[in-house]
Amino acid sequence: MTARPSYDKLIFELSSPGRFAYSLPASDVPVSDVATLLPAEFVRPAAPELPEVSEVDVVRHYSRLSQLNYGVDTHFYPLGSCTMKYNPKVNEDMARLPGFARLHPLTPEAGSQGALALMHELARDLGEIAGMDHVSLQPAAGAQGELAGVLMIRAYHLSRGERRHTVLIPDSAHGTNPASVALAGFSVVQLRSDDHGEVDLADLDRHLDEDVAAFMITQPNTLGLFESKIHQITETCHARGVQVYMDGANFNAILGLTRPGDLGFDVCHFNLHKTFTTPHGGGGPGSGPVGVKAHLAPFLPVPVVVQDEDGGFALDWNRPQSIGKLQAFWGNFGMLVRAYTYIRTMGPGGLRAVAENAVLNANYVLKRLDGDYDRSAPGPCMHECVLSARRQKRLGVSAMDIAKRLLDLGFYAPTTYFPLIIEEALMIEPTETESKETLDAFCDAMIQIAREAETNPALAQEAPVTTPVRRLDQTLAARQPVLRWTPQVK
Amino acid sequence: MAHVPADLKYTKEHEWAKIEGGQARIGITAFAQEQLGDVVFVELPKVGARVTAAKTFGVVESVKAVSDLFAPLSGEIVEVNGELPKKPETVNTDPYGQGWMIVVKLSNPAEADGLMSAEAYQQLIAAASH
Repeated sequence: MTARPSYDKLIFELSSPGRFAYSLPASDVPVSDVATLLPAEFVRPAAPELPEVSEVDVVRHYSRLSQLNYGVDTHFYPLGSCTMKYNPKVNEDMARLPGFARLHPLTPEAGSQGALALMHELARDLGEIAGMDHVSLQPAAGAQGELAGVLMIRAYHLSRGERRHTVLIPDSAHGTNPASVALAGFSVVQLRSDDHGEVDLADLDRHLDEDVAAFMITQPNTLGLFESKIHQITETCHARGVQVYMDGANFNAILGLTRPGDLGFDVCHFNLHKTFTTPHGGGGPGSGPVGVKAHLAPFLPVPVVVQDEDGGFALDWNRPQSIGKLQAFWGNFGMLVRAYTYIRTMGPGGLRAVAENAVLNANYVLKRLDGDYDRSAPGPCMHECVLSARRQKRLGVSAMDIAKRLLDLGFYAPTTYFPLIIEEALMIEPTETESKETLDAFCDAMIQIAREAETNPALAQEAPVTTPVRRLDQTLAARQPVLRWTPQVK
Repeated sequence: MAHVPADLKYTKEHEWAKIEGGQARIGITAFAQEQLGDVVFVELPKVGARVTAAKTFGVVESVKAVSDLFAPLSGEIVEVNGELPKKPETVNTDPYGQGWMIVVKLSNPAEADGLMSAEAYQQLIAAASH
């Protein structure tokens, strides 16, 4: 890693009384006393302590902070379950086209035909990719897509006069699943995984009754395993009137290889910021379109982009059974442009190659690390592999220590302690965009850490030592968070 | 190996119950807090709420994960440890003492027969940490 100059200042700490960036001209209008303009309760008793800094202070401060950024444009980012793939720059060019970037969301339909056409085509493409009949682009991220999907399932059951109160979720699920379900007003019942890390069919069967509205699963699941009995699962659920929801977090593994709709799912969401190369993490915002089979279409969020007989596009608000509007305007439109660009530049063959290479890369990592770490399940994985550091833990080196040591060796850490059902879990998702050289360098580092755990555990226990800050006290940060600078802290 | 007091009853979800008269004091085990890591937040029900055996009654959040708390026994909550929201670390430092969570007035004391003995729980965690 390149040595970086250490920099840990707040802009407030650069402040020097009387320093400023600009000299403003004298006011040419009469100055009013703010106390006469605003009610007393809205006037602060003292001036805010804004930093007093010069222009060069500001520019250097933020330039230095930006040099501490760590992202997929600078480094490998194997964060499991997050699909931190490289985002092609052509996406950015397209999103910045003035016709898209400068379009006001409330422009009348006649003046926004291009944008509406893009939304219509993207929804159709995503529907084709997932085997779903209709897609709403409105949800702002995966969890909102889940909420939309579960609300549509609720509306569907109610429209048939059925009151069902429970949603089943496996114990390997992402935390957003039970959260979305609870937000939609359902009770959550957790199902256990079988010895191979897949849905336990007998346990599922035991829990399916007339109170169950839906079964929500991730395919492939969070252990990176394809649920091999998926047809049996969806058929068993449908026989009891239960809808089946697919969390699309791991779509990267099956893109172009199989389709949720063909597997029997009624609803699935997409994470455009994972699978379809729109920015992720702090760079977002996210986008979580949701796809449904025809029987759920009446309940889609409004408005829906429709095409009339003349080929023109319009926003359809007249959908009386809709669950309503979910999001300001029409969703995160800039992300839709990026995802559309990605799908068009990749084409069907390219998208299929994405899944094939993502699976190949994950299995390469699994195979190389197999001897030094314990695997979570027998057999090959899909797009990510889950290892356990239980062997290292017995030597005093936890999954957390391994993650911190990786930072010293120049890599971002994998996801740790998830899925919850794996002790000392290390969840590695390399994605298709990494070369063999990068994967080898990462695996070499992982193997080095496993060997160090045997000979010199302190190296991991005291890591990181090369980062701008050492190990942070995450317990204190969670128990007594300091969320903003205050003058007293100075 | 985590401490397992002989005079308590246990669940397979790692809660303990100390049964005294018609009431039970409830918390999570030393093994549970070890597995969770540093506890940062505890959410408990209010006095007067009813809990049902094997159903959730609260949530414990650590630096690693958020976990449901399962009631070992059914009944009405007569006491809640009001210190825990302010000092969640007590669950780590004294899980069987100051780290207790709720006291339940039992509606069906016979349910206690379905809980694990200290010996059985000892075997469960020995297998889990294998």
